[in-house]
Amino acid sequence: METRELTCINCPLGCRISVTMEDGNIISVTGNTCKRGYLYACNEVRMPVRTVTTTIKVTGGEVDRVSCKTKEPVPKDKIFEVMEAINKASCKAPVAIGDVLIEDCAGTGVAIVATKAAGNV
Amino acid sequence: MKADIVIIGGGPAGLAAAVAAAKEDCSLDILILERDSELGGILNQCIHNGFGLHTFNEELTGPEYAARFEAQLDGLGIRYMLDTMVLDVASSSVTAVNSTEGVFTVDCSAVVLCMGCRERPRGALNIPGLRPAGVFTAGTAQRLVNIEGYMPGKEVVILGSGDIGLIMARRMTLEGAKVKAVCELMPYSGGLKRNIVQCLDDFDIPLLLSHTVVDIKGKERLTSVVIAEVDERSKPISGTEQEIACDTLLLSCGLIPENELSRSCGVKINPATNGPVVNESFETSIPGVFACGNVLHVHDLVDYVSEESGRAGRSAARYVKAKASSEGPVIAIRNGNGVRYTVPSFVRVNGLEDDLVIRFRAGNVYRDSYINVLMDGETKLHRRKPVITPGEMEQVILKKEDLASPPSEILIEITEI
Repeated sequence: METRELTCINCPLGCRISVTMEDGNIISVTGNTCKRGYLYACNEVRMPVRTVTTTIKVTGGEVDRVSCKTKEPVPKDKIFEVMEAINKASCKAPVAIGDVLIEDCAGTGVAIVATKAAGNV
Repeated sequence: MKADIVIIGGGPAGLAAAVAAAKEDCSLDILILERDSELGGILNQCIHNGFGLHTFNEELTGPEYAARFEAQLDGLGIRYMLDTMVLDVASSSVTAVNSTEGVFTVDCSAVVLCMGCRERPRGALNIPGLRPAGVFTAGTAQRLVNIEGYMPGKEVVILGSGDIGLIMARRMTLEGAKVKAVCELMPYSGGLKRNIVQCLDDFDIPLLLSHTVVDIKGKERLTSVVIAEVDERSKPISGTEQEIACDTLLLSCGLIPENELSRSCGVKINPATNGPVVNESFETSIPGVFACGNVLHVHDLVDYVSEESGRAGRSAARYVKAKASSEGPVIAIRNGNGVRYTVPSFVRVNGLEDDLVIRFRAGNVYRDSYINVLMDGETKLHRRKPVITPGEMEQVILKKEDLASPPSEILIEITEI
């Protein structure tokens, strides 16, 4: 039996959660105060995921870059591959919040969407 | 120029105050004065997620959060002027300057102070050493990376474990820099726990508690910093020094509410927060002048800024209509054991909208403690908290009916088991 101590990152409460596992199966989750915390703990011991937020180059816009994010969280070990793909890419103005800038980023199946608008020059 | 309410600053506090004031009374003429070339304030450079869980029930980035408020301005008929610097504030007029109008005065019935805060710079930290390039506040680096698109350096040491420092440790790492250490003078972090997990632990960045920078080296560009452990009085311990080669030092050593305008108009300042003393309506010591957001006290969460600012905006709207502040019984709020300050500082019962939310910060780290609320000496609330730290704002909510026969004072304290 193995117990992992986690700090939940879903909200600023930062609950301390204990997950007890045996042979890769989750036996118990304690310390969470909500359902999101339960799901976080289960994901964190099986396959941890994170939302990546960064910026992307814009051409022909009133600004040179806009902020963007992965539409859904991506596996933690893919973070740097996702960053590399975004840093190689660029998008054309105009950009609206929520526009898909990359359909499938670094083979994760997750899209990159704009989190800031940029008008034309 | 004329307006009913002038709002100074178009960041999260100013936007929420303006929107709430307009929703309270759509006939009011509301004007936001913003010194930057866009609205949104610091949210524009906070491209990370985690905003809006309380306000919109979803997790947004800073620019998205700001956009939700900006989208409401036109429909509510709220005016704003960008690239406009306010020079002077009085209770019924605001003087400002920009490159199209020159210096101008707006006559108004109410003012809402929403100027936010500034970072504590190197000069205020007394770090010895040379003065090379490569020493930035964390927020300056954040602006350079996220808005201007420049990397300030490749090998980084961060002093201070406030949230901006933690967020920048991750951001610099994602963009290819090596963050060698985050040093924190105190024996605990000043940032949120979740940020330590997702910004430092995720990338194996060491957090060195009770450590500080004792020397800065490099003639033109920073070449290294010397760090040392500190004792319980925050004095460096001789013999613990270690030199870390780096080209960049980021400072995340606290935020100071920006109250030059408030002071010059004579608003009473609370020395514990460096922000104005306010009542339940977020009204300062000058009737008709309100304050909210980080100019009032530094927040961890923008959601709480929006909520408080909404209250300030509605209060300003009601003040314009009634042309007076509420009269009636006043309750003093006192800081008991472990409580560094409360907002508000006092409550006029007739000014209460609904429940009374009192926010406060602890002066130290407490484990397995209780938050107690006493009204005229009688315990009304006794709540257990596993951990209380100065880095995380606490709150108690008192129901309006509990204040129906108002006590003369409310005491908030922290007691250990």
